[in-house]
Amino acid sequence: MQIKPILAAMRHHKAGTVLIALQIALTLAIVCNALFIIQQRIERMARPSGVDETNLFVIRSDWADKSDPQRIDAQMRADLIALRQLGSVQDAAPINSFPLLGSGWDNFIKLQPDQVKMTTDSAIFFSDEHALATLGTRLIAGRNFTASEAGAQQPRDAMHAAQVIISKDLAHRLYPDGSALGKTIYVTMGRTPSTVIGITDTLQAHMTGSWAGPYAYNAVLVPAQLLNDYTYYLVRARPGQLDAAMRDAPKALFAQSRMRIIDHKDGVMTFAQVRQRAYGPDRGMAILMAIISAVLLAITAAGIVGLTSFWVGQRRKQIGVRRALGATRRDILNYFLTENLLIGIGGVMVGAVLAIGINVWMVSQFEMARLSLAYVAAGVVALLVLGQGAVLAPALRASHVSPVEATRSV
Amino acid sequence: MFGYYLDLALRSLRRNKALTVLMVLAIALGIGASMTTLTVLHVLSGDPLPGRSDTLYYPQIDPRDDSGQMPGEEPPEQVTLIDGLNLLHAKRADRQALMTGGYVPVQSDSAVVDPFYVEARFTTADFFPMFGAPFRYGRGWNAFDDETRARDVVINGELNGRLFGGADSVGRTLRIADTRFRIVGVLDDWAPNPHFYDLNTGSFGRTEQVFVPLQTAMGLKLERHGSNDCWGKGAGGVGRIYPGESCVWLQFWVQLDSAAKVAAYEQFLVHYSQEQKALGRFVRPPNVRLRNVMQWLAHEKVVPDDVRLQTGLAFGFLLVCLVNTIGLMLAKFMRRAADLGVRRALGASKRSLFAQLLVESGVVGIVGGVGGLLLAGLGLWAVRQRPSSYAALAHLDGSMLLVTFALALGSTLVAGMLPAWRACQVPPALQLKSN
Repeated sequence: MQIKPILAAMRHHKAGTVLIALQIALTLAIVCNALFIIQQRIERMARPSGVDETNLFVIRSDWADKSDPQRIDAQMRADLIALRQLGSVQDAAPINSFPLLGSGWDNFIKLQPDQVKMTTDSAIFFSDEHALATLGTRLIAGRNFTASEAGAQQPRDAMHAAQVIISKDLAHRLYPDGSALGKTIYVTMGRTPSTVIGITDTLQAHMTGSWAGPYAYNAVLVPAQLLNDYTYYLVRARPGQLDAAMRDAPKALFAQSRMRIIDHKDGVMTFAQVRQRAYGPDRGMAILMAIISAVLLAITAAGIVGLTSFWVGQRRKQIGVRRALGATRRDILNYFLTENLLIGIGGVMVGAVLAIGINVWMVSQFEMARLSLAYVAAGVVALLVLGQGAVLAPALRASHVSPVEATRSV
Repeated sequence: MFGYYLDLALRSLRRNKALTVLMVLAIALGIGASMTTLTVLHVLSGDPLPGRSDTLYYPQIDPRDDSGQMPGEEPPEQVTLIDGLNLLHAKRADRQALMTGGYVPVQSDSAVVDPFYVEARFTTADFFPMFGAPFRYGRGWNAFDDETRARDVVINGELNGRLFGGADSVGRTLRIADTRFRIVGVLDDWAPNPHFYDLNTGSFGRTEQVFVPLQTAMGLKLERHGSNDCWGKGAGGVGRIYPGESCVWLQFWVQLDSAAKVAAYEQFLVHYSQEQKALGRFVRPPNVRLRNVMQWLAHEKVVPDDVRLQTGLAFGFLLVCLVNTIGLMLAKFMRRAADLGVRRALGASKRSLFAQLLVESGVVGIVGGVGGLLLAGLGLWAVRQRPSSYAALAHLDGSMLLVTFALALGSTLVAGMLPAWRACQVPPALQLKSN
């Protein structure tokens, strides 16, 4: 294939060539970054929470009266007994916050009482000995809380944290050699020590913000129900009975006492709803990016078809002459494919640089990772294939131009 | 002449229907996407109190010790109760208010309605005149009521509608957490966006329904709602009892009417810090900030990253659409070089050729622009259906409508000008010769 004559011909429609190359470059730059963002968001959304999501739901109960802590304590214990007695309920536990909720309590975790800087940060879940069975989270080492260890406290009381259960990732962060069980750690922001009596399998924290990335799987379970102005109840339904349990549980609570407020909109939420709420913005972003990428690729393909069609129309006479002089249909087809490939290669080279440039700028502006070169490579291949596919129809039409055209005057 | 050019343009556009549709659609999609995202960005980065915001300042001082439990160079984003009250009582600004968020159960006095929780603001007297909160009935309380812990309450129009059917409820009773309060004022619709005075309770679409004097609320231990950061011995904790002495959890705002007063107030904050250090309360050298509303919002980065990212992406998309249209227009005009050559040879000036071509690209641009406007409306409707906190704010206002038209017109002219100019450069003789 002769490239020189193609280049010579391109010089006659410089502006068009530059524009289509520019369009390919911009499309590549945007699509690469968009796909990279989509992949990051999907990865984030696919993170496991470590709990039995299919059977779990939560109830938020606000106390309607300003009752004293003793009364709240007694009410919570009565509520829990009522919930656990329901036929559709496997287990229930009180908790101040839970994985993916977004808001909650997090403390700095230290290994020494006098340590000035934190070792790491972790979610603090106040619950009781039913927490693990309700969450459906396995212990991988040590033991669960006993009923006698489980207590109650108000938010500003000294933390009831002589024994704690911590998540696998927190254990690994504190003792990378795997010896966290039985060790003393400091989770109260003060000088009171806590003994690690158990380590759970993966358990996600309540924090979902990007700042909390390094701490997303750090969780400390404290054996105390928190006596606050409200509480959450985690309820695990028996398999297949989630709907029934979600109907029964609020009724059972109101039967215990009417002096509570359970919001009609989000007072009772399945864990699926919790997950959807936590990752809604990520999903929206991924969908938007996908739509924009698809439309962009479609427009660029259509642009290539349109532009090449014009060029074919413009050059019918020349094509006829070439055919009359002995060029085969395949020669003509190859001519247009090669011309488009050359433009495409020029475009993707500029585009690859642009894609990396945009990513570098985004990294400086937003909390974002570096674009992996695999995405750029995939984008380059995709755009070249798309370009060749788009040019195929006009090029085929060109190859069907009859040699007789050479003799026509207009 | 314009009518004739328009006729020519329409004929030409009709000749390549698919291409015309592609060009119009590309422009419409590009403009629709960029206007949707730009409108959201515009709404989110707007001034919450136009005309007032440049005299409102947010003083920050640094009461932290050296325990390193709350690291960072910037002073804390809120104040402790002691510092807040000290600064409030110093009255060094034209107006000042100390505040925090709350979450309280309310009930009308008749008690026929079950209690329900509403968002509250515990604040001091200057809050209303300083932020220009408009009253429908009555007025706010005064500084004397603050100190005497008066059981006065201001409610907003929404709560007034819900409990009193929108009637003038001044003087009537509202029960908050089983305590009787006297309603002294009812606010008109008022919801500054962003919720600049306390970004901890959500930046957008938030509004309190109940306003209670801060010291009254604290005396009754009403439930607080917001963030607190502690250092040293102050343990964390939110809820029934308020955070300790070494915790920041209140917002303090001042009004300073002139540049001289701003400088003087900053000086005052430095002096205050030095004084507190001499008293042994502060450990660090004076570390103060005094930002006005817009500076504070910029510092706090209230516009979500995703929104800025989407806007950038949409404009990139528009750029590709424009390049696409320029390329296609150019190819189309060049294809007609022969016609144009004939017109030139018959005496048409470059200028009239240019005008003719510009009319053609203008038609594409205007139709695309109108389509873009419709798509932007659709896009904003889609944004409003999303569960984000700012969803309800996404509306096209007058200024954004103008920007849309300018954008549509500008981008089409750019997309039309270049190809038209290029096509006019055709020398007449050459075109006549070639065929």
